[in-house]
Amino acid sequence: MSSAEKTCYHCALPVPGNARYPVIIEGESHEMCCRGCQAVAQTIVDNGLTDYYRHRTALPGIGHEVVPEEVQKLALYDHPGIQKSFVRQEGEHVKEASLILEGITCAACIWLNERHLKQLPGVQQVQVNYATHRARITWDDQVIHLSKILEEIQLLGYNAHPFSAERQENLRRKRRAKDLRRIAIAGLSSGQVMMLAVALYAGAAFGMEDSTAALLRYFSLVLTLPVVFYAAWPFYQSAWNSLLGKRLNMDVPVSLAVLGAFIGSAWATLQGHGVVYYDAITMFSLFLLSSRFLEQGAQEKSVEAAENLLKLAPAMATKVLDGGQHQPVPVLELNEGDTILAKPGESIAADAEVIEGESKVDEALLTGESRPVLKRAGALVIAGSINLEGPLLLRVTGVGENTVLAGIVRLLDRAVAEKPRLAQLADQVAGHFTIGLLILTAIVGAVWWWLEPAQAFGIVLAVLVVTCPCALSLAAPTTFAAAGSHLLRHGILLTRGHALETLAKVNHVVFDKTGTLTYGKPVLQRIIAFSDADEERCLLLAASLEQASEHPLAQSFLSRVAGTDLLAVQEAQNLPGKGVSGAITGVCYTLGNAALAGFEPVALPNDLPEGATLVWLCDERYTMAVFVLSDGLRPQARELVVQLKAAGVQVTILSGDAADAVAHVAAEAGIESWQAALRPEDKLKALRELQQRGDVVAMVGDGVNDAPVLAGADVSIAMGGGTQVARASSDIVLLTENLLDIQRALQTGHASITVMRQNFAWAIVYNLLALPFAAFGMIPPWLASIGMSTSSLVVVLNALRLR
Amino acid sequence: MTPILIYLLGMTAVMIIVAGIGIFWAIKNGQFEDMEGPAQRILMDDDDPRIPRYADSRSKKQKVDVVG
Repeated sequence: MSSAEKTCYHCALPVPGNARYPVIIEGESHEMCCRGCQAVAQTIVDNGLTDYYRHRTALPGIGHEVVPEEVQKLALYDHPGIQKSFVRQEGEHVKEASLILEGITCAACIWLNERHLKQLPGVQQVQVNYATHRARITWDDQVIHLSKILEEIQLLGYNAHPFSAERQENLRRKRRAKDLRRIAIAGLSSGQVMMLAVALYAGAAFGMEDSTAALLRYFSLVLTLPVVFYAAWPFYQSAWNSLLGKRLNMDVPVSLAVLGAFIGSAWATLQGHGVVYYDAITMFSLFLLSSRFLEQGAQEKSVEAAENLLKLAPAMATKVLDGGQHQPVPVLELNEGDTILAKPGESIAADAEVIEGESKVDEALLTGESRPVLKRAGALVIAGSINLEGPLLLRVTGVGENTVLAGIVRLLDRAVAEKPRLAQLADQVAGHFTIGLLILTAIVGAVWWWLEPAQAFGIVLAVLVVTCPCALSLAAPTTFAAAGSHLLRHGILLTRGHALETLAKVNHVVFDKTGTLTYGKPVLQRIIAFSDADEERCLLLAASLEQASEHPLAQSFLSRVAGTDLLAVQEAQNLPGKGVSGAITGVCYTLGNAALAGFEPVALPNDLPEGATLVWLCDERYTMAVFVLSDGLRPQARELVVQLKAAGVQVTILSGDAADAVAHVAAEAGIESWQAALRPEDKLKALRELQQRGDVVAMVGDGVNDAPVLAGADVSIAMGGGTQVARASSDIVLLTENLLDIQRALQTGHASITVMRQNFAWAIVYNLLALPFAAFGMIPPWLASIGMSTSSLVVVLNALRLR
Repeated sequence: MTPILIYLLGMTAVMIIVAGIGIFWAIKNGQFEDMEGPAQRILMDDDDPRIPRYADSRSKKQKVDVVG
């Protein structure tokens, strides 16, 4: 890096040459890249929090100034109706709320937030969870309001959203505590029992007084009691449930082994001779409980990440009263027939009919259609779509359960229920193994009963215990836990552990187009400058004009220009439905659609991408440039398709978009097979056809419209930036949004199946070897115990190779 | 069977019970809920107005490090 190029002290982006945004930090003047970073840094300095800069290990996002309108929006959170859903009343004036903090990159961010908020008068408690980025804040409502707290968080450059999943979270916390207690018990007692076991083995080898051995055995028995009757309880429950359902799952042989081994050992202890297996029982319980806990932890993490996206948008609508006054009301209180106003940039609160006004509406969330749709009086709009241009006066036609969105969710529920289940290797093996084991034990028992009735009980127990399916039952959960944590480190969240098995069998990947293969938002593709105009200059002018605009397209201009290069605009004007205008260095420019340009048409090259949006830049006399914006293909899409094809996996696009747009993207990504203009139910049908052909399908999607298909696919992958519903209905979430991760997930799926097969093979071989000895009643106790423990350890260590 | 063995086993039992109570108390107090945060938090000194402050080494390289 050259010394001439300075970087912003706050966010480390390059500081543009002419930028002057200094902040004095610890007596030293530092340059910031923009006004946003300057404001954030100044807030940090003013509050004596400069330690943040010393301790941070990751950089924050670029700062942004807090504008008055945002502060006004925050005031909505003080409304008691809105607060009802996420604020708890702790005392007379004391309230507590859960917030999700956006923009946390490292531990210093958490420190910064906690410190700063604690300094505010009226704030009583702040606690931020590092893992979940959730904050719990208690404040005195007489002294400070929630909106003020949210504003302070914004001043530090973060974003806070109220969050209400308290009930689920409480349930989860209780279950987690219960699991931890079980593991603690199993851990404590297995450690002690193992030590006593070593003494017993040594005693067996070198001689020990019978009374000492008996004492150690009794002590082990007492230590094992809580494991058998408390820690191992979930195994019995699950086994019982599966028996009630007339199935055999892995917990049936597990329960048989634990209880059998315990009864046998207790009997031997009371009799004063025979074999005891206390060490094996406790250690096996500890291993199985911990690996299941880890597997569940990975799952919970993903659920929490998904819930964090479930922000409580200010669920407010502007109701127009009979007298014409506007009144903000909670969406829940809207009724059919009410008149509401949707301002530009707002999402529409309910399904409604347009009474007055004209605007383009973005329905991409629901239909997958990336281009905004024009809505005039009489047209229907759906809840959740975003009003882009002008104000719309609407009559509510459906709220809550009656909206299109709710309908899709119902479709989703059905698809989940009908989700195809590939026979899971672990369950299959468990079923066969258990039946085989029970039959064998019965035969052995019968033979011994016939030969020597006195020995039969002991031998039957020995067979049950020695063939204890420890290794077998650990094979699947340890593999899932290890593979899950491996994937998580690469930004791939496995929400359902068993998806790994299916992943390995996938031979067909189906993509949604918008938001999956593409970014899902318009990206500036090309600048066509006319006559003598300079492209760079035109872009700068356009971006400067867009500064004040809230139009979604504005961002695609602003992201291309360094914030500090922007020129000052006088008389900036928003022309709803057309574009923006303003004067820069005395010249008046307009930026907008063709109607706004107003000059004689300019010849355009005819190789423009289908479905591109054209934005025209004009000065007072001429058309200066045309900007071509269209949804851009993600850069990794091509490579992914090549990799998938090389791995023998078919690739298809199922999209709700128009045919020409889909054909274009398909050609660009190198995908030959595609279908366009599909509704959610059509997509599901197309998917079912593929599955009927015998394909195992992985579906990759992001939108609400994909949710039913995601749920219906054999294994589904959602983009991290996708909608909540899409994430909820998928097995895997790509947090990094890197498409190549799909290939990585597939590879991990294959690797984990291999490991699982090895584990099964090992467990079965071990059991087959041990069985004859047990059946003939010739297993020495130390060998049985060591065999059981080693076979479990081998499985755990083998699974850890996946990490 | 020696009395010392019984005594030691008794001690073991007491220690296990104490350890168990300790772990249960920690679980109940939510100490296992955030496994990463506390490790990071300890690195931040909240109470340093009394400790003389040295700006980070990057900006004051040329100055003599007094603490050194």
